Amino acid sequence: MQLSREALLAAYRQMKIIREFEERLHVEIQTGEIAGFTHLYCGQEAVAVGVCEHLSPSDKIVSTHRGHGHCLAKGCDVNDMMKEIWGSREGLCKGKGGSMHIADVTKGMLGANGIVGAGAPIAVGAALASRVDGPGPDGLSVAIAFSGDGACNQGTTFEAMNLASVTKAPCIFVFENNHYSEHTGVSYAVGTNQDIASRAEAFGMKAWRADGTDFFAVHNTMREVLDYVRAGNGPAAVEFDTERFFGHFEGDPQRYRGPGELDRIRATRDCLTKFRASVTGAGLLADADLDAVDADVMGAIEGAVAAARAADRPTAEDVLADVYIAY
Amino acid sequence: MSNMMYRAAVLSTIMEEMERDPNVVVLGEDVVGGMGTEGGPEAIGGIWSTSTGLYDKFGPTRVIDTPISESAIVGAAAGLALSGKRPIAELMFADFIGVSLDQIWNQIAKFRYMFGGKTRCPAVIRMAYGAGYNAAAQHSQSVHQILTGMPGLKVVMPTTPADVKGLLRTAIRDDDPVIFLEHKALYATTGEVPDDRDFMIPFGHARLSRAGGDVTLISSGLLLGMCEAVADKLAGEGIGCDVIDLRTTSPLDEETILDSVEVTGRVVVVDEAPPRCGLGADLCALVAEKAFSSLKAPPLQVTPPHTPIPFARELESAYLPSVDKIEAAVRRVLAWR
Repeated sequence: MQLSREALLAAYRQMKIIREFEERLHVEIQTGEIAGFTHLYCGQEAVAVGVCEHLSPSDKIVSTHRGHGHCLAKGCDVNDMMKEIWGSREGLCKGKGGSMHIADVTKGMLGANGIVGAGAPIAVGAALASRVDGPGPDGLSVAIAFSGDGACNQGTTFEAMNLASVTKAPCIFVFENNHYSEHTGVSYAVGTNQDIASRAEAFGMKAWRADGTDFFAVHNTMREVLDYVRAGNGPAAVEFDTERFFGHFEGDPQRYRGPGELDRIRATRDCLTKFRASVTGAGLLADADLDAVDADVMGAIEGAVAAARAADRPTAEDVLADVYIAY
Repeated sequence: MSNMMYRAAVLSTIMEEMERDPNVVVLGEDVVGGMGTEGGPEAIGGIWSTSTGLYDKFGPTRVIDTPISESAIVGAAAGLALSGKRPIAELMFADFIGVSLDQIWNQIAKFRYMFGGKTRCPAVIRMAYGAGYNAAAQHSQSVHQILTGMPGLKVVMPTTPADVKGLLRTAIRDDDPVIFLEHKALYATTGEVPDDRDFMIPFGHARLSRAGGDVTLISSGLLLGMCEAVADKLAGEGIGCDVIDLRTTSPLDEETILDSVEVTGRVVVVDEAPPRCGLGADLCALVAEKAFSSLKAPPLQVTPPHTPIPFARELESAYLPSVDKIEAAVRRVLAWR
């Protein structure tokens, strides 16, 4: 199915927002203005956007420590996210969460997560909630667990896949294999010939595989996966082969990378470059259309940074707020 | 009022709340029992008989029998709660929190705060705790010591069937995550419970089960009955004990404790968890900090020794606090000059 011109522009804009949001963080973190640990998603934008473009607010996602892309793709506000990463009390989580713990349940975004592998059972719970509500006009709402190749080795992920399989929960396990769990290669850490999708198959799930640097491969695959899960066939899994442009965390010197590896993946596996080549080559959009999006996004990011810098800082009294709803 | 067993109070409260609110969902290992067997569903109905009949009445979308996967159970409860449901998850034995601790500690306890107060996580995690069944070190523990120390969790320890009823209903309707600890040696005890389907006991309100004025005994669960026995015995000697049933360790009813200690000046905390960094130490510190000028004796705690829980009857008896050990502690604080 061919996407409309508007849908193509929206998808590109969303990917570009994630890219520039993070490229800017990468710069600002060097200045020391942003505190804490930040894990950048750059390079993997096609996955977040190719998945989330299909979802409505009643569909839920659970994200990871590398969560900015998922948050933005699921509809979290750019300015509110930037303020949160800056630690402002005006941030999406009032400066209590920071980069690793951004959530907006009103958008169906149930949280980034600082614990690798913790999200999968939470997504199963969200999927079980959808089962209680029953199908809507478009079928069941779904819950998506984003996990990396690192999280696929956690027992929680196995427990979650089995529970989803047993209960036929409308849960989709999206594995983004960026080839590194922290600083360790997938060829060492994943004991099934680096094949994550086959693990899901072992839990009785139908599993797909696709190139995660190709937006159209992600988008088309997810359409199939979602049709299958919304129809009530139970859980499914999909493994996307993708790339991480930065280190595990900001400040990671990446001594584990091979010579020229980063230059090579930036040159040949950049989902934004590939998207541009694909749509201009097919005559669907012109370079000028995409350049206009780029300019608009750069302005939006500049505005978000300015807003974050100007936003109110939290006060010592805020430490006590929101432990409980009522005590 | 009805006379009811502790375990029946658990089941009837869950049943009534599931009838009242379609968002209440139950999940856990063998909460149905018999799934996938020739005997069929409801062959067990929960190993504590606290979910018998729920599956027949509410079906598999609201009564979810799970594999043995404690992380997935608590995690799924978290996801259900973030998605607008009110899950009641059963962990069977409290000792199994170890298997699911990340989901309890780093997930449900932290969501509200970490997400800036914009999310609610109304999950109830039920579990049976406590010694007295010779079930040894991995099936007898009192885990409130660990869980009370985790900000973001409310921790409830009912002693009587009426308190089960009033506190569990409050837990299910509460918008925060609640750990609901049921003492396994109390399941077969009975008591009067109100029939009112909206009967609730607020958290953070201790129960004064005996009023005396000479010494303050603080406890909950199985050991509260021992404290009452000591109070009744000493009343015959003209010694009056205040016996405080905490009901909830988080939130903690500091006011009832301090009001009593300010009158008695003598306090004994009786707890089933080990002594180090536990409830006893916590409450002794509380009265030392906030009621020091009223104290006439050092606050004491009566707890098991700092050991894992032993198996043999003789050893478990020696391990657990007893009426005699509590009475001895009370006499020590009374004798202090």
